[in-house]
Amino acid sequence: MSVSVSPCPPPSWPRPACIRASLAGQGRLDESNFQRFVEVGRVVLLSSGPCAGKIAVIAEIIDHNRAIIDGPTTSVPRQAFPYRHLSLTPLRLTKLPRGAGSGAIRKQIEKEGTVTRWENSAWAKKRASIQKRRSLNDFARFEVMLAKKARRDVVRKVVAKAAKASKA
Amino acid sequence: MGFQEYQVIGRHLPTESDPTPKIYRMRLFTPNEVVAKSRFWYFLRQLKKVKKASGEIIGVNVIHEKKPLKVKNFGIWLRYDSRSGTHNMYKEFRELSRADAVKALYQDMAARHRARFRSIHILRVVELEKTDDVRRPYIKQLLVPGLKFPLPHRVGKTKSTFVARRPSTF
Repeated sequence: MSVSVSPCPPPSWPRPACIRASLAGQGRLDESNFQRFVEVGRVVLLSSGPCAGKIAVIAEIIDHNRAIIDGPTTSVPRQAFPYRHLSLTPLRLTKLPRGAGSGAIRKQIEKEGTVTRWENSAWAKKRASIQKRRSLNDFARFEVMLAKKARRDVVRKVVAKAAKASKA
Repeated sequence: MGFQEYQVIGRHLPTESDPTPKIYRMRLFTPNEVVAKSRFWYFLRQLKKVKKASGEIIGVNVIHEKKPLKVKNFGIWLRYDSRSGTHNMYKEFRELSRADAVKALYQDMAARHRARFRSIHILRVVELEKTDDVRRPYIKQLLVPGLKFPLPHRVGKTKSTFVARRPSTF
């Protein structure tokens, strides 16, 4: 009768991650695989409506479909906005209180340089270049073709020179 | 179709026996002024011995939301006629205005109970100032401090009918 059953772990043992996560309650999102959350201070990119293409900040969550967004520095008026028509960006204002007014949000955006951080991101640059490309007319596209040819020519010449030098 | 909150004031027409009839005021949530006046007579003739033929409407005003950009929690008491009987209900909504909350209520009643506008009476609309007054778990879950959640499974809309790649949702 002395078959040793694995004893119950004493309380000082570290609990498995899954149990810890469930105990943490609200904090379990810290162990989530998701990187971007709907939360107060999250910078969002609007994808439709009159302010499409501009960024704004989530000031307050209304429910699981909508939030109040505000972009005092990007001329987005404070409004309720559905999540369906926006994308979450990796940027976030730290320490923005819930339901902050336009003035407080503007101050925080300017303090953290959020707009320049957005404009320097690869996502914003890609969007800008796509927009630029779309706005070109036929002649401008022709000019781009010539510029690309000139660039190719320079590269080709340098490569040929280097190949010749390595052979010799 | 949006809803607006109207204040309708009316009374019985003055008669010889009653030269100064009592004035009645009602707050109604309707899509427009015409429906507001119609609902006023509908409710008044249920409550008092006044009807449209023998009464007059003194004024109709729109009641605007004081702070239309503040998120509020509303409790709504209602009574509705289902196919088998009459029920009282209490529901909660998180909206920006009283009229929006009532609109959400009509949508909710239509979805869950197939109840139409004509079979619903709104009894009371109250703004819940304190978090402790919120009773329903579906509103309580939004009042947690530090609330945050991800947006999983987002399906982007493509403009063209045919695309080279299947959509990715992560």
